[in-house]
Amino acid sequence: MTRVLSTRRIAFWIAVALVFAGLPLIFKQSFALSMLSQMGIAVIFALSYNMLLGQTGLLSFGHAVYFGLGAFFCAHALNFIGAGTFWFPVTLVPLIGGVAGLLFGLLLGFVTTRRAGTPFAMISLGIAEMVAASALMFTTFFGGEGGISTNRQVGKGVLGLTYGPQIQVYYLIAGWCLVTMIAMFALTRTPLGRMANAVRDNPERAKFVGYNPTRVRWFMMALASFFAGIGGGLAAINYEIVTAETLGLVASGNVVLMAFIGGIGHFWGPIIGAVLVTLLQSALSNYTQAWLLYFGLFFLVIIMFSPGGIANLIALHKPVWNAGLTKRLLPSYAMSAAAGAVMLAGFFALIEMIYHYEAKETSSKAFSYFGLELDPTSAGYWVGAAVVMAIGLVLVFGAKKFVSRAWEDITPEMQRQGVI
Amino acid sequence: MEFFLITLLNSLSYGLLLFMLSSGLTLIFSMMGVLNFAHASFYMLGAYFGYQISGYIGFWPALILAPLFVGLLGAATERFGLRTVHKFGHVAELLFTFGLAYVVEEIVHLIWGRAPVDYRIPSQLDFTLFTLYTTQYPAYRGFMMLVSVGMLLALYLVLTRTRIGLVIQASLSHPDMVESLGHNVPRVFMLVFAGGTALAGLAGVIGGNAFITEPGMATAVGSIVFVVVVFGGMGSLAGAFFASLIIGAIQTFSVALDYSMLDLLEKAGIAIAPTSLWHGFWSISISQTAPVLPYLLMVLMLIVRPRGLMGTREG
Repeated sequence: MTRVLSTRRIAFWIAVALVFAGLPLIFKQSFALSMLSQMGIAVIFALSYNMLLGQTGLLSFGHAVYFGLGAFFCAHALNFIGAGTFWFPVTLVPLIGGVAGLLFGLLLGFVTTRRAGTPFAMISLGIAEMVAASALMFTTFFGGEGGISTNRQVGKGVLGLTYGPQIQVYYLIAGWCLVTMIAMFALTRTPLGRMANAVRDNPERAKFVGYNPTRVRWFMMALASFFAGIGGGLAAINYEIVTAETLGLVASGNVVLMAFIGGIGHFWGPIIGAVLVTLLQSALSNYTQAWLLYFGLFFLVIIMFSPGGIANLIALHKPVWNAGLTKRLLPSYAMSAAAGAVMLAGFFALIEMIYHYEAKETSSKAFSYFGLELDPTSAGYWVGAAVVMAIGLVLVFGAKKFVSRAWEDITPEMQRQGVI
Repeated sequence: MEFFLITLLNSLSYGLLLFMLSSGLTLIFSMMGVLNFAHASFYMLGAYFGYQISGYIGFWPALILAPLFVGLLGAATERFGLRTVHKFGHVAELLFTFGLAYVVEEIVHLIWGRAPVDYRIPSQLDFTLFTLYTTQYPAYRGFMMLVSVGMLLALYLVLTRTRIGLVIQASLSHPDMVESLGHNVPRVFMLVFAGGTALAGLAGVIGGNAFITEPGMATAVGSIVFVVVVFGGMGSLAGAFFASLIIGAIQTFSVALDYSMLDLLEKAGIAIAPTSLWHGFWSISISQTAPVLPYLLMVLMLIVRPRGLMGTREG
């Protein structure tokens, strides 16, 4: 086992820090910068969620509660600082959110973590509903429909940090993201982190070793809520408004999607998921109304065909890369990518035609699709799209054979080299 | 008294509707160990199918056809979705149904739009059944109760009196034994899933026009059904029955009561000035707390009795 502070690991984190510092130099536009900030928050949130799902085996449908409560506490804290009630550096305000998350995690987690598995999932959903419904009831704290708005430029700027320009906010988020990433990674190496894995895999045996599974789950839950609260605090600073939606079920479901699409079996899986989902959500929503549908289908495809998420797909190819055999897989991959593109082109055309057919503002229902003019009122286009999709489907099944044959080809070679 | 009786009748019809959903969910859960997150989505599909079919050929055929279609979709979901995911474990199964709920809602957006559709009570049933004191009780509510009770009776008879019902019951506890006796257990699973979703679809057909048919209806009912199942005890049909009636009553009564703690305190002679910081808190009326009450009840139940009303296992 590598030492906790091995040179390699320190070098790795320094490299990550350099990447975080360098990103705004490449992506200079303001929308790119705000998206990077959004990604940083999502990464913290998704990683904290994976402490539950990936590491402790707790499928929670209410993790946004702690994120949202952290955000609300931070928004109020910022307002108090602005009013001069007390002094606190804005840089450390996310910590207030973290503590709020921790306290609520301890409180609510005490109830939820008494059960594991499916009952836990349902209970977490119930708690999330309860908090979301209460948020609309207690308007003094949650601000009702309008939410709580705040201002991040409060107090005296420490070291010139006023958090007016977005770039400063980005660096604040990046800094917190780095710190929490290291902390969460370190946590997986502690006895608690290890016991969490044991409780996930076999609670009965963990009990025999002398640990209380309920307590391990409870602690992990509280710590996950702590990190989620930090993420929420950063969101409050970034958007300067917190609404009840922040702690709602949609937000909770979103983080499940992020973590799972990225891959819950690896520590860095949720990072991929958070980045990808944030990117998809803002990119796709510009192009099509149906993006939520595509997104949901993408999630189903991941569950059905690669339940380890994207991280698992990458990990699968690591031995191939090590053996230097990647180029023998590429032709079959290119083939299936082309086949998949044909199938998706037909499928997307069908879905888009349905949307445009249903659209109310109808002078002409024709629309442009990758440079092609599609008219959903004429039957020919429907048949055409369906044919393209069917051809693509056949091609995909053909290409699948090539992929498995390529894998069969390289497996003996990899065994000879001893990489698998 | 009048208010009490009418609300009681309303809560009864709502509770029975809840039980049509939770019974399917319970059966599927105790059989396959899968919590079907998309169960309420099948309820929603039932309502939309009912709306669409009754637009073409009338309400009565829709009452039969819509649940059948929903059941077919359920069977396909089990056969081509859940069975593939089954080997990856329960978390993947749960997440599959979760993703399915998401996709179904989007498909409903796609086909029927985001606004509620005009799904109405059939004119044959749009009359007053009886007048209680001064309130007229609509016949459709009575019809809902009739259908629910009839359905539940049929379910009970199928489960206890028929051959397939006995096989289902046996597969609940000893699937391996049933399989070695020559029964096709995966097909039994598919049947149960189809049956459960068809029940949800039927609830949608008769509930969609009594309440409202819109894309948000699945999420609204879905979490309540989960509360019912946890409250009644996971995997217990009898527990689900009583929990449905209790939760139905709580929801219906709490919406109708417009009292707050402030009124109570006033009666006790304690006046709280409107300027007081806690005035806002005390003035929350019972009807405002209605959305929270079922969940609060569930949390209380979990603290006092984690296995639920009639559950047998801690899970």
